[in-house]
Amino acid sequence: MARAVTQQRKIINTTAAWAVGLLIFFPILWTILTSFKTEAQAIADPPVFLAFDWTLENYGVVMERSNYGRFLWNSIIIAGGSTILGIIIAVPAAWSMAFVPSKRTKDILLWMLSTKMLPAVGVLYPIYLLFIKLGLLDTKIGLMIVLMLINLPIIVWMLYTYFKEIPGEILEAARMDGATLREEVIHILTPMAIPGIASTLLLNVILAWNEAFWTLNLTAAKAAPLTAFIASYSSPEGLFYAKLSAASTMAIAPILILGWFSQKQLVSGLTFGAVK
Amino acid sequence: MGRIQLENVTKSFGNVEVIPPLNLTIEDGEFAVFVGPSGCGKSTLLRLIAGLEDVTSGTISIDGTEATQVPPAKRGLAMVFQSYALYPHMSVRKNIAFPMKMAGIDEAEQNKRIEAAAKALNLTDYLDRKPGQLSGGQRQRVAIGRAIVREPAAFLFDEPLSNLDAALRVGMRLEISELHERLETTMIYVTHDQVEAMTMADKIVVLRAGVIEQVGSPLELYNSPCNTFVAGFIGSPKMNLIEGPEAAKYNAQTIGVRPEHLEVSAESGDWSGRVSVSEHLGSDTFLHVHDTGLADSITVRTDGNVSFKHGDRVFMTPRADVIHRFDAQGLRIE
Amino acid sequence: MATQHSRSAARLMMAPAVILLLGWMLVPLTMTLFFSFKKYLPLRGGDLGWVGFDNYVRFVTSSAFWPSVVTTLIIVGGVLAITVVLGVLLAILLNQPMWGQGMVRILVIAPFFVMPTVSALVWKNMFMDPNYGLLAHLWKFFGATPVEWLSQASLPSIVMIVSWQWLPFATLILLTAIQSLDSEQLEAAEMDGAPALKRFGYITLPHLSRAITVVILIQTIFLLSIFAEIFVTTGGAFGTKTLSYLIFQRVLESQNVGLGSAGGVYAIILANIVAIFLMRIVGKNLDA
Repeated sequence: MARAVTQQRKIINTTAAWAVGLLIFFPILWTILTSFKTEAQAIADPPVFLAFDWTLENYGVVMERSNYGRFLWNSIIIAGGSTILGIIIAVPAAWSMAFVPSKRTKDILLWMLSTKMLPAVGVLYPIYLLFIKLGLLDTKIGLMIVLMLINLPIIVWMLYTYFKEIPGEILEAARMDGATLREEVIHILTPMAIPGIASTLLLNVILAWNEAFWTLNLTAAKAAPLTAFIASYSSPEGLFYAKLSAASTMAIAPILILGWFSQKQLVSGLTFGAVK
Repeated sequence: MGRIQLENVTKSFGNVEVIPPLNLTIEDGEFAVFVGPSGCGKSTLLRLIAGLEDVTSGTISIDGTEATQVPPAKRGLAMVFQSYALYPHMSVRKNIAFPMKMAGIDEAEQNKRIEAAAKALNLTDYLDRKPGQLSGGQRQRVAIGRAIVREPAAFLFDEPLSNLDAALRVGMRLEISELHERLETTMIYVTHDQVEAMTMADKIVVLRAGVIEQVGSPLELYNSPCNTFVAGFIGSPKMNLIEGPEAAKYNAQTIGVRPEHLEVSAESGDWSGRVSVSEHLGSDTFLHVHDTGLADSITVRTDGNVSFKHGDRVFMTPRADVIHRFDAQGLRIE
Repeated sequence: MATQHSRSAARLMMAPAVILLLGWMLVPLTMTLFFSFKKYLPLRGGDLGWVGFDNYVRFVTSSAFWPSVVTTLIIVGGVLAITVVLGVLLAILLNQPMWGQGMVRILVIAPFFVMPTVSALVWKNMFMDPNYGLLAHLWKFFGATPVEWLSQASLPSIVMIVSWQWLPFATLILLTAIQSLDSEQLEAAEMDGAPALKRFGYITLPHLSRAITVVILIQTIFLLSIFAEIFVTTGGAFGTKTLSYLIFQRVLESQNVGLGSAGGVYAIILANIVAIFLMRIVGKNLDA
């Protein structure tokens, strides 16, 4: 067991850790604060930290000008849809890899992960062409499919590592107890796998939400999600700091909150089971 | 009823044959123990009987009906796993009820059987807990409870005590033996611990590399092991196996003398050596004797009050009527 | 471990995922290969016939090619080095007994959730702007001349932005790994007379090697394809053009699909070299 730590040590640790934590968090904090300033205060010299006139005006302007609601809706549908699609396809695959492994299971897993390394630009034009042919360009369903495909290897991997932790003997016990494959999945596997599936879901929503290559290149006006909404601020308009901050805050807030609530499960999933 | 018969059963994983053709009959109501060193195929054999593995060839019949292709659940067998394999998200009650629920037994009957099993296994107070809140011994009992309520033709135990500490193991051993006396159901029990095999079994099946070395009652195996492997495996401390001129005196390649069949003396005897370590257990003393010219070390079991210590010279005389003789192939010479 | 029946069921269940990924890989790849041997300018005449290896030669001999490879390597290598080193240090710090550890974790993980376009924009405008950026204020406060980050120090700036995004990931994985280190091992080393630095070198660091491998693998996958950070900040100017970005410009900005496709094939080859190398390591770790 670890030894008792002196109070002094603990105070030093706490101070150092909080200082570093706040430093890392600072850009986000600064963005959120700036979103409540007026444009003049946002570029004040020296910068004002908290002592400014808090205003919601920027949010109003941003909402009015760029139809935030539609971008948000697109983001939710695309991230959510691609995740659900992915889970539906990945659960059976991961299940069979974890519980009925063959000599090739490991190779298949590694191959899947290697498709993730395929540089997106290398296939951008073909996908672009296919999208035009299939009428998928600037549609939510098209993006959903692409994001599902690029994240599928990660979903399969995560689920695989979670399923792998469910002892095979328990499934055998269920089989001995007379459960059919269907009953085994319903009564034993699913309840035991729910935490794993949930964190996979979360991570995938975050990845899909933040994906910025395909979402920028395959959408125009109709299906553009929040990544595009924000990218539109890269023009000189970006110099209106307060409005930029308000838009940024609105783009990241949903996922930031979701992520904070589920950070524990996320970390375990992110490691692909290679770190316990 | 639970008479289990294996005929020419083989099992291969890819090109590796882990069980060459094997024949074995376990009679109804018998307590059979498969014992052998790890990797000997004893667990595979049990899983073949359970139906969790397909046999490569041969047939398995249960009560005279062929069951080779029957899925595990339909064989009427219950299994207790090494890790207990309790469903972590279900309460003890639900765990025990699960096989009955799968079999579609009505709720009243389910509850009756759960209460009875819980009472028999001292689990009544824990029925609403989750497995995570139970001790190792309690989990073990839940696993047994889950097996009992199915009223199976036979129970299969896969090293069920190996995760328990020594004291609990002795207690559970006794409980399982009592359960067998009470239910009179066939039990097949896999272990690598020869003490469990000796104390519990009606019939011991000693396996090595997928091959049955010997089948018999505990005392048969103890008194007349059919080869040097069984001789060395059954009995604790291990039998002393001696080769060379001393064995030749008995017209054998190897002779075996159990530690408890050696008389020790400070003055005279057939063999002599120096005490390396003397282990006092209170009831007995184990002397490990070196420099005998017979084998690296000879183990002697003698009474608890001898006072030999490291370096002392001792003389040992084997009891002539219980010297086991083996030929060049390691087989017993009668 | 399983019976014949469950094995065929397993194959069936794996099929959709495998077939989809195979299609996702093969179809565009074949098309890219096809285009790479053509002169293909969608806005200026379309398909102008086969040109053999012309595109490949032109792509490599273009003055932008080697700098883009170097830029790619600098960004990936720089970010990996920074996140791993700082990640280890931070993980050790966060593993110390303290008050409010949960809160600090939440603060540290936050950048991971920020979408790349947002972080690039915020850094570019609100921090790195030479007139109004916070860093400019800081520089002025100390009497220094503000740096024009994204033009004078463009590569380090991008490395810094991307490192900020990925540091949380590295830290949290390494923290998880550190927490699984048996404290008795460290105590044994202490009894054996190893001072703190040696304990770190001989016990903690080897224990972390597996986690570090995972961090490097996963980050490399994502870093090789960073796009938004460059798209939003410099648009590929000031020596920040990665191989991916160069191809992107060839295909979309100059609408030379043939040339871009040849570049794409190079990028795929490069990625595969990295992939094989990394897969070896991960494959080994999978067995352990």
